[in-house]
Order: sequence, then structure tokens, then C-alpha cells
Amino acid sequence: MSLNGWLQIALFITLVLLLARPMGSYITQVFERRRTLLDPILVPCERVLYRITSIDAAHEMRWTEYAGSMLVFSAATLLLTYVVERLQHLLPLNPQHLPAVEPALALNTAISFTTNTNWQAYTPESTMSYLTQMLGLATHNFWSAAVGMALAMALVRGIARRESKTLGNFWVDLTRGTFWILLPMSAVVALALVSQGVIQNFKPYDSVKLLQARQLTGSDGKLTTITTQTIPQGPVASQEAIKMLGTNGGGFFNANSAHPFENPTPLSNLLQMLCIFLLPAGLVVSLGQMVGSPRHGWAVLAAMLIFWFAGTLVCYWAEVQPNPLLHGVDQHVSLLQSGGNMEGKEVRFGIVNSALFAIVTTDASCGAVNSMHDSFMPIGGMVPMINILLGEVVFGGVGAGLYGMLVFVVIAVFIAGLMVGRTPEYLGKKIEAYDVQMCMLYVLIFPLLILSLSAISVLMPHLGLSSLTNHGPHGLSEILYAYTSATGNNGSAFAGLNANTPWYNYSLAVAMFFGRFMMIVPMLALAGSLAGKKIVPASAGTFPVTTPLFTVLLAGVILIVGALTFFPVLSLGPVLEHLLLRTGHTF
Amino acid sequence: MKKHIITACLYTAITAILLGVVYPLGITILAKAFFPKQASGQLIVDNGQAIGSRLIGQPFDSPTYFHGRPSAAGVGYDATTSSGSNLGPTSQYLVDRIHASVQQESSGIPVPIDLVTASASGLDPDISPAAAMYQIPRIARERHLSRTVLQQLVIQHIQPRQFGLLGEPTVNVLALNLALDQIK
Repeated sequence: MSLNGWLQIALFITLVLLLARPMGSYITQVFERRRTLLDPILVPCERVLYRITSIDAAHEMRWTEYAGSMLVFSAATLLLTYVVERLQHLLPLNPQHLPAVEPALALNTAISFTTNTNWQAYTPESTMSYLTQMLGLATHNFWSAAVGMALAMALVRGIARRESKTLGNFWVDLTRGTFWILLPMSAVVALALVSQGVIQNFKPYDSVKLLQARQLTGSDGKLTTITTQTIPQGPVASQEAIKMLGTNGGGFFNANSAHPFENPTPLSNLLQMLCIFLLPAGLVVSLGQMVGSPRHGWAVLAAMLIFWFAGTLVCYWAEVQPNPLLHGVDQHVSLLQSGGNMEGKEVRFGIVNSALFAIVTTDASCGAVNSMHDSFMPIGGMVPMINILLGEVVFGGVGAGLYGMLVFVVIAVFIAGLMVGRTPEYLGKKIEAYDVQMCMLYVLIFPLLILSLSAISVLMPHLGLSSLTNHGPHGLSEILYAYTSATGNNGSAFAGLNANTPWYNYSLAVAMFFGRFMMIVPMLALAGSLAGKKIVPASAGTFPVTTPLFTVLLAGVILIVGALTFFPVLSLGPVLEHLLLRTGHTF
Repeated sequence: MKKHIITACLYTAITAILLGVVYPLGITILAKAFFPKQASGQLIVDNGQAIGSRLIGQPFDSPTYFHGRPSAAGVGYDATTSSGSNLGPTSQYLVDRIHASVQQESSGIPVPIDLVTASASGLDPDISPAAAMYQIPRIARERHLSRTVLQQLVIQHIQPRQFGLLGEPTVNVLALNLALDQIK
């Protein structure tokens, strides 16, 4: 670990914290329908949109109607993507003449993008046409993030409102999140990325003449000479911007943000990491503002920072370690090289930016990668996995991180209440049996999906194990990471697992679908229940939610729930691999 | 319910056009106006023939050129299937592959790690300054050039950290080899 490395980490988190407050204030303005700078342009367009789609903007929805609208909308967008994928060979903007996407893969991808997962079981540059990328996939990057923000706002309103039956209007929240926040920010970020070298065009792929022709011996013993290289093109920057801002993570290219056309310079890399944390951090500040207790927002943010820092420290440390199995190589950090575990990492990012990106992308539910997590050291790869297993509440996905965190806040307040023997209250709302049941449902669906689907895959050699690249405990990690990433709607991968098989396409689709929607419904039920409650005035027995004590309790609850659930399986995967590596075992 | 479905379908159709067609087209027009070179992939053109992109690595295995990193993209530097090796640290295959590369490169001195490890994209255009310096004795021998000249060349091609702070120092292999061919 070097001084420069820590400076880069410090610069990143300082920028996040500086931007969190203005971002949060703007989010509050937008969702409380106060005046903003963009109103003169957007308000007339908004009215036209509502008139065509017969949306009554003044109509307030109960949680059931809110959930219903969200599900119907998600179904419509899912269907659109499936149809575009299946018909891409007949549609325009397909200069490479790519054929229709296979049904299992098309379904998996449609669910993947609808649920904000952006799991990719395919190689985009040789599977998806430009139109599919734009109309079928990038649109979901807006929609699924805007849905996440809308849901978070519904829960925040549930906390803030008193004796109310309603949570706001889903369509209005969706529209404002998309057009006031995501679209203008994406446009700015996209152009900034182009300035760094992210491509943006509709050209067919280029063919270039190699400087040095290469002779290869094929498997049949024949010599072939390679003299050209095909350079892919496409509208990348526009998709890249919303991929990060919406914590989606689905790359235009297979190598995602490691690809030089998606992430060409260290500055574009910093910008991408900032985009991942910007809205989630802003939403937490906005929570504090909307419930009338800004300090509560900062207390929650502090709990997130604890996990972010611990993860960064451990992952950075693990990745600069030399691999003890290698001989005749120089793995030391020096002025002339970043050293460490460079397998699956890019030279321009080195160890520090690869480790930091891995932490940021899994703290949030982004899932973009600028290095291959499968090739991380055992402990280095375990940290991103743990981040997702904790429920992606450390900043978390746009919206999804905040409502996930609030579920843990309710549990933390409940446990504090149990410890002092009083009815727990959260910001004046009594937390009752029904509320805790909904929270526990939210928390338990997650390990149920991950552990049972991983167990089934491990028990079925033909379906589950034949897809592995790595064997031994690392193979278990590949499977576990896949279901963790899918259920957590992250989308990053231990990509050695060949997930483009019917079993993985369908089972991961199930994990992504239920990991999103089966967790949203109890969360909205909680929001509906909280909205209806009276406000009890704070008393001497009220547990304050603005103090460092609260921050520590919250962090403790998240860690205990996650650790108790997943420690056994982690000890069979990455922990065992770490111990075997030290003793010189290979597989 | 029926009303909700109609609303959802109309809403999906309209916003799909705005976000999926109008937005990327708008960005393309602006990108072309402000950053035409960057937007189209920074191709290097020589006598009307595109000979590579500054950002996309090319395979070099001749001893007379500076080598880039091993690549897991297709048969190597296949830009239509960007990919890392995805081999874990305890993979026997990985250990064997690295030791074989060490055998090929080695002059007895430890090889800089990035020169024998596959990048994340399989298209990494860069190597570390250490990896470029390491290859100087071989190039000097093969091309009958003095080491000082080559050292000068490498130092000229070191791209320092962005703003002196961000990322890592790099050497672009294609640019370095193009310059190498210019030396008489």
C-alpha cells in the first residue's frame, strides 16, 4: 500500500461527501415538487406526458396501488426488452447483422435489466445490436433506477407522514426521478466521458491492420496468420453515464468498465466511481431532510462509511500481497509498477483503483467492474461478496440502498427497544409486530434464495459444476457469487462461471426476479403501515437515532445479521482458499 | 386494472423513445461536435490505412518488438470478445501459464508482474514502465540498437499519473513500437 494509493482513496471519498449535501437537497426539491431550475423546460413536457398516458398527477396512492403500478410498469418494460432482443435481426441499427438473441438468454437479460441487476451472461459486442443496447438495455438503466428512487421516496414519506393512508403517486415519482435527475445528469456525465475517450458513434466495427502479423497454430495443427484486428464501435458513452448513475452496471462491452473504450483514463474511472455513490449518498441526506431530522441522515451515512472504509482497507491490503505460488516474478510495489496481484487488472488503474472500484461497485448495487473479481486474491474477492451479502446497504443501489438500509434501521431500533424494555419508536412512530414481521420477511428472503439456489447448483454436477472455470473452494465461490450478485441485484460476477446455460440463465433469472420484487412488496407494506401511525412525542425513554451510539448499533445489527447467515458458506469458499493458498495448494 | 395496464404501456413506449433513441442520438451529435476524435475511437491512420486504436492493445510476440500483456480475449487481443482470464489465485493452470511466460521472457531477473499476467479486458494498451524497461536488453540485442537510445525512447513514452495523482504510470505499447520502427 502506498501514500499515493491512500491519497487517491481520500480524494474519492472527500468528493462524495462534498457532493452529498447539494445532491440531497436537489433530490428533496424534486420529490417534494418544489421549484427547480429545470421547471421551465420540464413542467410543460411533464403535463403533455401525463395527458397522453392519462395519469392524474394529483392522485395519491395507497401502498397496494403504488406496488401494483410499479409491477405493471416493470412487466411492460420487461416485455419490451424481450421483444427487442428477439427481433433485433429485423430491426435497424444492427450494422454487424447479429442474429436474434436465444430465448433463455433473452429472458435472463430482460429480467436482469428490469431488476437493476444487469447480470450479463453474454458477450455484448458479439450478441447485442446497437438498437438493443439503446432501446432494450440502456432504457432500463433509467427506468429501474427511477423505480428504485420512487420506492425509496414512498418509504421516506411513510416515515414522514402521520395518520396518512397514502404514499404519493408512483407515476409522478417515476417521471420526476427520470427527467429531473437521471437524464440531465447522464447527459453531462456522458460528454465528460467522451472527452476522456469513451466512444460515441453509430459506425460499423472498424478493421485495422496489425503492426506485427501473428502466426497461430490451431488445434488441428494448421498455421493461421492474423493480420487484422476488428475494433468494435457504438453509442457507448450515453449508456455508460446512466449505467453508473443508476447503479446498473451492465457494460456495453464484455469487459465492462475495464474495457479501454468504456473507461479509458484514471479520470474517467474516478468519475465513474463518483457517479455510483452520488445518488445513493444524496438520497440519505434527502431522507434526513424529508423526515425533519438532517442529523439522522448523517448518522445513517456514518454507518455506511464504516463499512466502506473497512472494505476498502481489507481489499486493498489483500490485492497488494504477492501471490506466494509464483516464482521468477517481481510483485513488489515500486515507482515503476503497481505490483501486487495484477491478473485481471488494467495497468492504468493498478491495484488501488481496482480494489476501490470493486468495493464501490458492490457497496452500491452497481455491478460494473474495472477488474475481474474472479482473479482477486481469496480475501480480496471475499470482500465484494460480503458487501453484497450484507444487503447492499452501504450507500447501496439508487433507492434500493436507502430502503434496504431503512429496514435495518427499523430492526436496530427494535433491538434497542428490546434491550431497554420499551416499545420501540422510530422518529415518533411506534414499531409494532406487523412492522417487524415485514422487515424480517425482507431480510430472510435474501439468504433463502442465495443459499438454496447455490446448494442446488453444487449438488448437480451436470447443471451446476460443469460451468466452472476454477475448481476447489474457488469453484464454490464462483457459484455463491453468482447467486449473491443476482439476488442482490448487483450484476458483477466471478465471471469464470459460464452462466449462459439453460440452468443458470433460468435459475439466476428467478433469483434476480424474486430478489427484487419479493423484497419490494414487504418494504412497501412497511411504508404503508408506518404512514398510518400517529406521532408519539419523544420522551426520556426514546432511543435517539441521531447519535454515534445509534450509528454503532446500526452497523452492529447489519454485521451480525449478515455474518450469522453467511459465515458458514464463506468459510468453505474464500476463507478455505486463503488458508490453502498459504500452504501452497493449487487446483 | 385495465387503466393501469394501458397507462403502463403508453408510458413505456413514450419514455423508451425519449431515453432509448432521442437521448443517445443527442449525445452522439454533441460528442461529434465537441470531441470528434475521442468519439470515434482514436484510430491511428498511416497512409490512409487504419493501423490501430491508441486505446486498444495489439498482440506482439516477435522478439524485435516490445511485448504487451498476455491476453485472454479470444486468441489474444480479439477486440470482439474482450475478457479477462478469470483464473483464481490457486488455479494450477494460472500458475503454469505465468511460469511459462516467465520462461519465455526471462533473462534471470524477476519479471515485472504485469508483463506475465492477463489484463481485465484482454485489450490493455499499456504496460508498466518497469515492464518496458525490462525488455530493453532483448530489443537492443535483436535490433542492434544501443540501450541508451532505447531507454530514452521508453522514458519519452512514459505517461505519468493523470494530474500527477490519479491512476498509475503507463507506457502505451503500440505507440512505443511505432516509434521504435522509426529509429534508423
